[in-house]
Amino acid sequence: MTYVVKPRVRHPLLPINELGLTRRDYEGAVSTLCAGCGHDSVSAAIVQACAELALPPHKFAKVSGIGCSSKTPSYFLSHSHGFNAVHGRMPSVATGANLANRELYCIGVSGDGDSASIGIGQFAHIVRRRINMLYIVDNNGTYGLTKGQFSATNDKGSTSKKGVPNLYEPIDLVSMALQIGASFVARSFSGDKRQLVPLIQAGLVHKGFAFIDVISPCVAFNNHNGSTKSYDYVRDHSERLVSADYIAAGEEITVDYESGSLEDVAMPDGSTLRLRKLEEDYDPRDRVQALTHVQRAAEAGEVVTGLLYVDPDAADCHDALGTPAAPLNSLDESALCPGAAALEGVNAQLQ
Amino acid sequence: MKATNIADPNYFHKVVDCQWACPAHTPVPDYIRLIAEERYTEAYMLNWDSNVFPGILGRTCDRPCEPACRRVRTEEKPVAICRLKRVAADHKGDISAYMPRVPKKKNGKRICLMGAGPASLAVARDLLPFGYEIDMFDRDPAGGGMMRSQIPAFRLPADVLEEEVDLILDMGVNAHFGYEITSMKQMLDMDYDAYFVGTGAPRGRDLDLPGRQEVDDHISIGIDWLSSVAFGHTSSISGKVIVMGGGNTAMDCCRTSKRLGAERVTVVVRSAFDVMKASEWEKEDAMSEGIPIINNRPPKEFLHDNGKLTGIVFECVKPIPDGKGRYRYEPTGEPDVVMECDHVLMAIGQENHCPWVERDAGIEFDKWDCPILDEDTLQSSHPKVFFGGDSALGPENIIWASAHAHKAAISIHLMCQGKDIKQDRPPEGVNLISQKMGIHQWSYDAEHDASKRFIVPHANKRKALDNIKIEVELGFDARLGLKEAQRCLNCDVQTVFTEKLCIECDACVDICPMDCITFTDNAEEGELRAALTAPAENDEQDLYVSESLTTGRVMVKDEDVCLHCGLCAERCPTHAWDMQKSVIHVPQLGSYATR
Repeated sequence: MTYVVKPRVRHPLLPINELGLTRRDYEGAVSTLCAGCGHDSVSAAIVQACAELALPPHKFAKVSGIGCSSKTPSYFLSHSHGFNAVHGRMPSVATGANLANRELYCIGVSGDGDSASIGIGQFAHIVRRRINMLYIVDNNGTYGLTKGQFSATNDKGSTSKKGVPNLYEPIDLVSMALQIGASFVARSFSGDKRQLVPLIQAGLVHKGFAFIDVISPCVAFNNHNGSTKSYDYVRDHSERLVSADYIAAGEEITVDYESGSLEDVAMPDGSTLRLRKLEEDYDPRDRVQALTHVQRAAEAGEVVTGLLYVDPDAADCHDALGTPAAPLNSLDESALCPGAAALEGVNAQLQ
Repeated sequence: MKATNIADPNYFHKVVDCQWACPAHTPVPDYIRLIAEERYTEAYMLNWDSNVFPGILGRTCDRPCEPACRRVRTEEKPVAICRLKRVAADHKGDISAYMPRVPKKKNGKRICLMGAGPASLAVARDLLPFGYEIDMFDRDPAGGGMMRSQIPAFRLPADVLEEEVDLILDMGVNAHFGYEITSMKQMLDMDYDAYFVGTGAPRGRDLDLPGRQEVDDHISIGIDWLSSVAFGHTSSISGKVIVMGGGNTAMDCCRTSKRLGAERVTVVVRSAFDVMKASEWEKEDAMSEGIPIINNRPPKEFLHDNGKLTGIVFECVKPIPDGKGRYRYEPTGEPDVVMECDHVLMAIGQENHCPWVERDAGIEFDKWDCPILDEDTLQSSHPKVFFGGDSALGPENIIWASAHAHKAAISIHLMCQGKDIKQDRPPEGVNLISQKMGIHQWSYDAEHDASKRFIVPHANKRKALDNIKIEVELGFDARLGLKEAQRCLNCDVQTVFTEKLCIECDACVDICPMDCITFTDNAEEGELRAALTAPAENDEQDLYVSESLTTGRVMVKDEDVCLHCGLCAERCPTHAWDMQKSVIHVPQLGSYATR
């Protein structure tokens, strides 16, 4: 826990976005997580992504459950709405928030314990309902808050800090999300903001359920030689499959000459996702191929990162339910109470 | 870029901008911390050790440290370093226990100091503890040199001056005051082991314009006039006074005139306001006393009525920027202006002038009539004769005199000990001391204080203008001093990075409030500067570059606007960042700081 207050002064040349805000205006309180925690980098990436997109902080709903990861919404976007839910029950709260006010950007931050153990049922159902939100899992493979027990995403055979091996198969949230209907699935690494920030930006503007599994090392309990979720292991074993550059609407698309084949995906808000595929025949719109690739790589001990699957045209929960186009709090009396004639019409349908 | 060599004393010294800018390299943050702890005596001694005249400088220094202060770049106004020095001096207790001891038994070497100004006094202070016998000669009846004769009492009260001058004289200087030196050869015949010339720049420039000779009685040279005021020979001035010149002497002349009864005082400067040599605050003080400063008026002629000065004719010009930060001047086409006056004080510059040094005494002079000196040793072409202060390199200010004195004292000491005065000079050094005391405890106050610079209270203006002895600036009281001390960023508490401990978790990058830190692929300096989290556009500030890390990247820190808040070290899980106080060893004889 850091007692030094973070000074409000900023670098004089820090970029100012269209709202007149700098990145510093998107920060939250100083983190009380352990020094070096990957989760803090994820928070910093969210801050950077929102500042660069010039999104108004008060138009955000940030929700979380319980755990180290779920503390992090305090550490970004201090001028937004937030709800810290019961353990594993963030999806219910997020569902309610999004259905009530579809104009808010909804960010859920959860952990491997919160989403893959106690909350796995809720996780599965928010995915299949395709709630329009960005769901981030800070995945460190361990229960850091209770001093380092294996979590459900910990790889079989990897060891605890004291050398005891894990006996059980891991739950892969990326595969689950792919299988049950997420329309945007990515995996990244907290130590790689160049990859993570554009993914967060794309996930925020994506319509539908966007899921990013961020491997985020636990420096205190799971950053040792026997771990498969340590800084060193992930850096040595990650395979960047598809990188995504977020290009805002109206921004000039410049030509670059880095290796890999490019594919531009138009997003519903007019922006563009520029995908760079490092494997020629990988198609990030092919859900089955994505699933297979992730599974094969896992078998080989590789960690596939990047934007693994995207369907920019998929319908979300609002489409499925045919909800009103405006937030519920903006509906006036005539919309909420359409009168006796409308009631008779409804009753007639039910007879 | 190559990895930064932090063992080079200059690297971290440069990060302490104030100390680096100070000619005497006073350890500024160190003494400001002592003030914050109310340890005024220690703060005073730290100053006394490196700049010799803290009480005097705390009122009169030209403050090269303040424009250099990092706070100018992170916010706006520098820490009031100079006024904090005065706080240390004003609040100090008994310093006798801290004074260096001077041996009764002398080492047999005799040193002659010419002039009793700051340079000579500082040389005496450095040499006396080593057993040298010091003879000091000055034409004035008391010690202090220009500090006594040219700085008026409303800026520097006599008791402050005398205290610090006497502190040195009482260490055992054989003072020969009222001794006008007329011949260098005669002095050399006295066969001292070494000579130090610290006679200043005692000749004020004059202006040869039509009418100058006829009105001689009504024109005084600024520094001579100030001196005659200081020694009580002049106690009034009447009528309309024009002060010509734009330096600090001009400001002292006009403010003194105002106090001695002038009916009207005007400062007229040939150049533009913003290029005047006077310190910003001196100009402000003069103007706030109701003295107009008129710029862009070169003088053409003195007007007189049978030898009685009646006025001066000035040309009207306008400054045209030349694009290099300087001006050239063009006539505006307006008719010349005549300003009435009864007396003129000429403050248009000074020269270091030693008519008493015979040109065949073995000391060579250059074409500007300055002695030819070795920059490192301050030795002249006569091996036994050293120069320092204004007499060495032309008019500067007191803090330079202290700096020169330290150099010259080392040279004199080495020479007298039979050593090589160039090869055997003590080296510069740096010590780094971790400030970590516990998991979240630092031995310095890391918290950033966002206060604006506090304003120094002034004496009641009417009273101050009535009496030349009333000091205008009252200085910070203890409470304001403590508040101002909190504004210091502790730039000497350095961010020190250890490559092999770093796990590249980005914690430092994420927490740094000023975006100083970047992990990136190495490149040439220009490319790197553009590639950082925040662009590093201030080329005068170094980049701190690490060796290659595990991922092949390097850590690059832009020192420019670092607040030294310690958050990088606080959030580092592996102690790869540490906050370490840099103690810079500036070569100096018997330094208190390095003892």
